[in-house]
Amino acid sequence: MSAAAAKANAKSRASRAKKIRQFITPEGVDLELKIASSGLRFGALLVDLILIILALFLFSLVMLWIGFASQSDITIVVWMLGAFVLRTFWFIGFELGSRAATPGKRLMGIRVVARDGGRLTADAVVARNLIRELELFLPLMMVGVGAAEDAVSGWTMLAGVLWSLTLSLFLLFNRDRMRMGDLIAGTWVVMAQRVKLDADIATDGAGDAMLFSEAELSVYGIFELQELERVLRSKDARAMREVADTIRAKIGRAIAEEDDVFLLSYYRQLKARLERKLLFGKRREDKYASD
Amino acid sequence: MIPAAPPARALDAPSFSASRFRAEREADWIAFDLLLTKLEKKGAKALTSDELLQLPLLYRATLSSLSIARATSLDKALLDHLKALSIRGYFLVYGVRETRWNRVRRFFLYDWPAAVRSVWKETIIISLIILLGAITSYSLVASNPEWYYNFVGEDMAGGRDPRATREFLQSTLGHGKAAGEGESGLHIFATYLFTHNSRVSIMSFALGFAFGVPTMMLEYYQGIGLGAMMAVFAGKGLGFDFGGWLFIHGTTELFAAALSGAAGLRIGAAVVFPGARSRLQAASHAGRTAGKVMIGVILMLFMAGLLEGFGRQLITDTMLRYGIGTLMLLFWIGYYYIPRREDVT
Repeated sequence: MSAAAAKANAKSRASRAKKIRQFITPEGVDLELKIASSGLRFGALLVDLILIILALFLFSLVMLWIGFASQSDITIVVWMLGAFVLRTFWFIGFELGSRAATPGKRLMGIRVVARDGGRLTADAVVARNLIRELELFLPLMMVGVGAAEDAVSGWTMLAGVLWSLTLSLFLLFNRDRMRMGDLIAGTWVVMAQRVKLDADIATDGAGDAMLFSEAELSVYGIFELQELERVLRSKDARAMREVADTIRAKIGRAIAEEDDVFLLSYYRQLKARLERKLLFGKRREDKYASD
Repeated sequence: MIPAAPPARALDAPSFSASRFRAEREADWIAFDLLLTKLEKKGAKALTSDELLQLPLLYRATLSSLSIARATSLDKALLDHLKALSIRGYFLVYGVRETRWNRVRRFFLYDWPAAVRSVWKETIIISLIILLGAITSYSLVASNPEWYYNFVGEDMAGGRDPRATREFLQSTLGHGKAAGEGESGLHIFATYLFTHNSRVSIMSFALGFAFGVPTMMLEYYQGIGLGAMMAVFAGKGLGFDFGGWLFIHGTTELFAAALSGAAGLRIGAAVVFPGARSRLQAASHAGRTAGKVMIGVILMLFMAGLLEGFGRQLITDTMLRYGIGTLMLLFWIGYYYIPRREDVT
C-alpha cells in the first residue's frame, strides 16, 4: 500500500515538474518558469474579450451621441477606425508594456515571455497577436459562410469548423501550451504571480513549548513539511485539528496540548532537522524517501 | 604542501540558520519590491539616479538570496516570494533597453525596410502568382465572357459585367456624372476599404503557417478577380481608363497584398524547409520578420485606403491617376530597396 502511495506521490510531483521550464538568467540562476495552464489562458481571453466589447459599446455610445449632436458623418469614420484599432491593437498594445500582459492576463497572473530567454520584441508581439485574428475568427467565419451558402452541406461545414478548431485549440495538443501564434512568434505564456512575503513562522512567538525525539521527527520529509506550513499559515482550525490528529497518531502521542502549539513546535523542529540535513547535502523529498 | 587545517575557531563561529539569513537580507528584498513597483507604475523616468544605480545591485542581491534560500531553506513562503520577485526583476531589468520613441524611429528608418528586403524572394513569387491569376482570368474572360460570372461574385461586380453598356462602365470609373455616391460619403468609403483590406491581409499572413498553400491560393484569387474585371473593361475599349482607375491606389494596395502574402509564405517556407535550425526555431525566426512586414502592410493599406477613397474619387484625369500611381510605386521601391548605411552594422 505504501509502495503504491509512494508511486502516486512521485507521479504527481513529476507532472508538476513537467510544467516547469529551465530559464537561466545571465547571472546563472534558474528562474524555473512555470507554463500557464490552458484554463488560465482561456480565462484571460474571456476577460479581455468582455473588456473589448465593453469598451466598444461605450465608444459606440459616445460616437452616437457626438454624431447626433454634430450632424456630421465624420463620426462614422472615427468609429470604424476606432473599432479596428481596438480589435487589432488591444492585445498588441498591452503586451508591449513593461508587464507584457493584457488586463485579462494580469488578472490571471500570467505574462508573455520570449522562448529563448531574450527580451520580448515588438515584432514577436505583433506576430503572435495577428495570428490570433485567425484562431478566433476562422471557426466563426466557417459557421457564417456555411450558414450563408446553402450549397455547402452540413457535413462540409462541420468538417470546416473542426479543421479550424484544431487550429484554435492547438495549445491543448502540445506540452508547452503554445498557441499557433506563440509557435510562430517564439513566445511562451508563463506564470507571473506576485507572492507576498509572509511572516517567518519559524521564529516569531515563544520558544519551543514541547520537544520531539529524533525518531518522532524522522517520519516526514520536505513535502509533508511544506504542507504543514501551508496549513499553519491558513490558520484554519478544522484543518489544523485534522493534521494534528494525523501526526499524533503517526508518532504515537496522546492529545495533551492545543493543536496550534503542537503543530508549531513540530513544524519548527522538523524544519530545523531537515534544513540541517540539507546543509549536509541530503534532501529528503517526502516521507517515502529514505532518511 | 597541503594547506594547514583551519583553526578550531569554526566551532564558536555563529551557526548558520535560515531565520538569521532572512533577517539579514529582508530589507533588500523589500527595497527591491518597492523599486519594481515604482518602475512598473511610473516608468524608468520616475527613478532618481540613486535608485537607478540601486536597481541592478538589489536585483543581484535578490537572485543571490534565491540561490542561497534554495540550498538552505525549506520555508515555502520565502522561496515562492523570492522566486516571484526575481522573475519580476529579471524581466524589468533585462526587458526594455530602448525608449519607445527610439524603437519607433528605428522601425521606420531601418527595421521595416530591412524586413521587407529580406522577404524579396517571397515577394517576387507572390507577385508572379497574382499576375498568373490575372492572366488566367483575363484570357479566359476575353475568349468567352461567360467565364466572368464564375470569377466575380454578383455583389462585388455591382453590374460591372460583360452585359453592361460602355457608358455604364465608364460611369463606374468616375468620368460620367452618374458616378453614384456623392462626395460626402468618400471618407466612410475609404475607411471601409482600409479596414476590409487590412483584415484580408492579416488572414493571408496568418494562413501562411499551413505551408503557405492557403496564402498562395488567396493571392491567386485576388489576381483572378482583377484579371476578369480588366478583361470586361478592355473588351469595351476602356482598358486604358480602367488602368488609371486601378493604378492610382493599386500600386500601393497590390504591393501591400503581395507583401502580406510574402510574409505568410516566409513562415510556411520556414516550417517546410527549416534548414540547419529546428522547425520551431525557424518558424519563430520567420515569424518575427513577418511580424515587422505586417505592421508595414497595415500602414501601406491605410495609405491605399486614402488614395482609393479620396484620391481616386477626386482626381478623374486618367493621366494624373497614372502619374500618382507611378509616383507611389517609385516611392515604395525606393524606400524599401535602396540600401542604407545602417545595413552595414
